[in-house]
Amino acid sequence: MHDFVQYVESYLGSDKTPGAAGNIFWATVYVLLVFVGLSIAVIAMNWLERKILAHMQVRLGPMRVGPHGLLQPIADALKLLLKEDIIPDGADKVVFWVAPFIVVLAAFTVFVVVPFGPTHAITDMNIGILFMLGVSSLSVLGIVTAGWASNSHYPLIGALRSSAQMVSYEVAMGLAVVSAILMTSLGSKDGTLSMIEIVQRQQEQGVWFLFKFFPLGIIAFAIFAVAMVAETNRAPFDLPEAESELTAGFHTEYSGFRWSLFFLAEYSAMIAVSSIAVTLWLGGWLRPFPNLLHGATWDLAFSFIPGLTFLFLGVICFYNTARMPKHPLFKIQTIGLAAFGAVLALIGVVMFIPVVRDRVGDIFWFSAKVAGFMYLYIWYRGTFPRYRFDQLMKVGWKVLLPTGLALLICTALWAMRSEVWAGVIVPVWLGFADLLRRIF
Amino acid sequence: MNLPPVTGNPPVATPYFFYGLAAIMVIGGILVITRKNAVHSALALITTLLAQAALYLMLYAPFVAGVQIILYAGGIMVLFLFVIMLISIERAEKERQFNKQWLVGIAAAGALGGLFIAVYTTVTRTGSGQASTIFPSVGRDWYVEGQNTQGIASLLFDQHSGTYMFAFEIASLLLLVAIIGAVVMAKKRI
Repeated sequence: MHDFVQYVESYLGSDKTPGAAGNIFWATVYVLLVFVGLSIAVIAMNWLERKILAHMQVRLGPMRVGPHGLLQPIADALKLLLKEDIIPDGADKVVFWVAPFIVVLAAFTVFVVVPFGPTHAITDMNIGILFMLGVSSLSVLGIVTAGWASNSHYPLIGALRSSAQMVSYEVAMGLAVVSAILMTSLGSKDGTLSMIEIVQRQQEQGVWFLFKFFPLGIIAFAIFAVAMVAETNRAPFDLPEAESELTAGFHTEYSGFRWSLFFLAEYSAMIAVSSIAVTLWLGGWLRPFPNLLHGATWDLAFSFIPGLTFLFLGVICFYNTARMPKHPLFKIQTIGLAAFGAVLALIGVVMFIPVVRDRVGDIFWFSAKVAGFMYLYIWYRGTFPRYRFDQLMKVGWKVLLPTGLALLICTALWAMRSEVWAGVIVPVWLGFADLLRRIF
Repeated sequence: MNLPPVTGNPPVATPYFFYGLAAIMVIGGILVITRKNAVHSALALITTLLAQAALYLMLYAPFVAGVQIILYAGGIMVLFLFVIMLISIERAEKERQFNKQWLVGIAAAGALGGLFIAVYTTVTRTGSGQASTIFPSVGRDWYVEGQNTQGIASLLFDQHSGTYMFAFEIASLLLLVAIIGAVVMAKKRI
């Protein structure tokens, strides 16, 4: 027992991730924390998406189950778990059974390398970003096998569309990622693929890669932002599950628990690709202006923001509690909303404790940036009409791919220029100026 | 490029990992050729390829493992499945599986296996008279996992130690030839 406590404590002073430190206990704890956090995020996302979409369309959205429909995701989850689990008669049983698990595994495994902070990651790999791209590309296998194993027309068409779409957009996505990786090599001996080091390089260079080599960084980010929506099969690229054409696409024949696995995988894949974008272009866990506004005072000021955010959310809940109808029927809902606000405020207060404050800052900024992307996903769904398949392929192969190639070449040239500038061009120019002076 | 050998952590690559992964690969390989359903074969092949990627990880080659997952499991096999899905299964199930070259196959497999065993067990003598197999069990250096990608880049592109650039580019030319060949075969008039 004493040995165990010592083993657990031995990690606490370390400045490495549990994976890098080789501490199995903390690695397990981190895995569980990420898994739980992710599940909560998916549940929250489910509610937020329905609410935000509804408000964009001037509706109220879920209002009945719990105050402002807050318990709706839980009711949905219960409904899905209790539903009859149907396997179609003509389906390929084994493949039908395995497919949802492939998708879920691919979507969850990538979080092994997602850096929520310099030490807040399960592990750090030398091939971090490559691992993320590779494993998340495995989810297409699950989708294809799901569509095929259903032995039905709509799922098969959905699976065909999905595989074509994901393979095409992976190319453009890869090119955008490579251009960001090129930027990591500036001003140091070599570049890096490690997720944690990519963020640290952004801090060293004093700029998010989004604004590096203006406008090249922004173009790379834009390519990635389009490709990542296509990769996760979301609107306006949701052809694999286009409900007006294919009922539900590749998961038409799935019901109950298996369908909820697809749902879980879709949302966690969205969070995963958003974390790639945040890590590569938006400075990962770094708070705004870590170099410009540095020093203990600014650190302290920024470390209050997580707590203040939660307090603000709590206050909003209390404000809406006061606005609840005063009818006796709404009594339980009013109490529930007040309790929810109290929980949020309590979390906010806990985040002001110095020990917690120092540790959650990076996680908060990372999550906040990812949350921005999640809002964008919902916003896209609320505004853009769905692409036709030929338009989709045109955007992928004729717009994004050539742009990505040109971008890669331009980034390489620019990166070379800034290195060559001092070594070649300045001496040549000085020599030329000297020559002019001699002539005249 | 000289990578610093690690002395601290022993490698995690225990034999048990290897046996497990090798078993998965062999079973997957057998399933690939025995399944009548082409999609099942493709899925077995994907399992084999993923186990192979894990083997690369055991050999401290994370970059090769990552490329293996992206290219083979994520890219090529998806295209395989894409084509196979459109085959009518009812007809494929009725096709008789045949193999007219099983005698030659067994001979070739036996020869290859014998070669492996011979290489692994042969004792060679170096100049100093030390006897060892070509896989010495002691005195091996293992390298920092965290430098693998950079090491490969140096071997390929470094001005001084980059010796594999030409071979690498020739290999990509070979792929280009294959692509052109496929286009020529598929289209009579280009």
